[in-house]
Amino acid sequence: MWRDDLRGMLYIALKDLRAYYFKPPNISWGILFPFAFVLAFAIRNPGELRGLVPGLLALTVLFGTSSMEAIVIVFERRIGALERLVLAPVRLPALLAGKLLGGMVFGLTVTLVVLVAVLGAFGAGGVHWLLLILTLLTSAATFAALGAFVSVAVKEVFEAQTLANFIRFPMMFLGGVFVPVASLPPGLQVVARLLPLTYAVEALHAALAGGSSPEAALDLLILAVFAIVLFALAVRVLAQRLD
Amino acid sequence: MMNDVIRVAQLTKHYPAARGALPVRAVDGIEFAVREGEVFGFLGPNGAGKTTTVRMLTGLTRPTSGSACVLGFDLMTDATRIKKRIGVVPEMSNLYDELSALDNLVFSMQLYGVPRCERRARAEELLARFRLSEKRDTPFAKLSRGMKRALTIAAALAHRPLLLFLDEPTTGLDVVSARNLRQMIADLRDEGVTVFLTTHYLEEAERLCDRIAIIVRGHIVALDTVEGLKASVEGRTTVEVTLADGNGTVRTARFEGENVAAAVQAALAQATANGQHLLAVNTGRPTLEDVFVQLTGLSAEVMLAEKGKT
Ligand SMILES: Nc1ncnc2c1ncn2[C@@H]1O[C@H](COP(=O)(O)OP(=O)(O)O)[C@@H](O)[C@H]1O
Ligand SMILES: [Mg+2]
Repeated sequence: MWRDDLRGMLYIALKDLRAYYFKPPNISWGILFPFAFVLAFAIRNPGELRGLVPGLLALTVLFGTSSMEAIVIVFERRIGALERLVLAPVRLPALLAGKLLGGMVFGLTVTLVVLVAVLGAFGAGGVHWLLLILTLLTSAATFAALGAFVSVAVKEVFEAQTLANFIRFPMMFLGGVFVPVASLPPGLQVVARLLPLTYAVEALHAALAGGSSPEAALDLLILAVFAIVLFALAVRVLAQRLD
Repeated sequence: MMNDVIRVAQLTKHYPAARGALPVRAVDGIEFAVREGEVFGFLGPNGAGKTTTVRMLTGLTRPTSGSACVLGFDLMTDATRIKKRIGVVPEMSNLYDELSALDNLVFSMQLYGVPRCERRARAEELLARFRLSEKRDTPFAKLSRGMKRALTIAAALAHRPLLLFLDEPTTGLDVVSARNLRQMIADLRDEGVTVFLTTHYLEEAERLCDRIAIIVRGHIVALDTVEGLKASVEGRTTVEVTLADGNGTVRTARFEGENVAAAVQAALAQATANGQHLLAVNTGRPTLEDVFVQLTGLSAEVMLAEKGKT
């Protein structure tokens, strides 16, 4: 059974990547979107470009992993293709994990492109590589789980996009991407602490500054908890919806 | 009864009430067994509960109550083992639009764990068998309806299942595609695959199925071979004969008997006595349509009407 599940997960991810993700318009869109935001911000507040890099990376992971993934799940449910997967000898958590994996691989690929560009521009000195890699992986898992949760909760593709943006945009402005969380009003700081993006940005700050503080480890732990909880919720909701 | 491929007891599915409506008893305590190697027909009008039954037996939806055993495994506890060994063709073809015919088949095999070295050859074999070899690299979205259905069946067969579920496979197909498909189903039976076929076409059920369960409003009202169903409706057989006498005058007459042979003998006896000879014999036995009308109290138009709808 475990072998069936693992194999199913892998091939579901590969199939999604081939059928949906790695098509030219998606790739460029995934990269351009976070860039456009950060650029718009940088034009208004020039000079602080370097400080925006962790936020840019976090946004790229967020949008890269969750956008297409949410659309794919809702779309496949609508056309009945998801039932094909449910009919296969792959248990539901593994099926959904395959969907997450597809989103993660795509999001991380896009992020890698952005990372190379950014490090090329600002230099890679003082980067804590292990922390960077761990943070990117954990963030990708968390945001992919978020995308899955959003997509099983709705019926139509446009609803998935609306709901995803309803969650992503506040995160973008409260999660420390443009403005450090510490400089937000206290009330909003509490809200920021409830958002996974905050922890991703924080850990990326630490990784790019070369520090590997205990706080960064805690950030990763919290991200992982977000990932597990969101994934478990998504599996539960999907099981109910499919019945 | 080791060779029952499916055994179902008191299987029930109720859907909770929608706003302002009563709960739906989609399937209400059905019982039947499907034997190894047969084509088992599940015949009933739209909304009878055919798809719901298939969805329960294939692990897509949980029964409200009752039990089922598929290929020796308990549906409630061993659904994954069942899934590994069955093939399912749903009402709507649902392969991946973006993938080619070949890639769709290969993906199915990957999901079911067909060894890598066998996949390509098996896919080509299935494409050839369903006359899709030239469409190997065509995306699923670009295939005709009949081809889509054929490829969906091919994908369901990719892992060589022992039992194949077909939910209204010919609905919505043109006459030629439907005829080809029926031939494919007959071929499958010859190869020893057990087939569970739902349909609302009386003649399709009559032509393809070894045994037929008639389901109406969630209940099975009859289950037998086609012959058995017909026999249950009428004890006696009628034949219609065309007779000619020495002057070339032609007339028709009806004769009754316990069976066809008896009725024909009666006709022959009288013809000989009158110096006539037989030109033609038509067996006037009840059709499956007569059976359906008598057993369900519904008119056969119930079935016909649905053809237009779907
Ligand atoms: N998911 C569902 N929720 C509520 N009612 C349903 C659902 N699926 C089917 N039904 C109802 O159950 C009955 C049987 O449906 P179905 O099994 O699809 O019939 P068939 O396949 O024989 O046409 C119908 O009255 C249908 O409206
Ligand atoms: Mg149906």
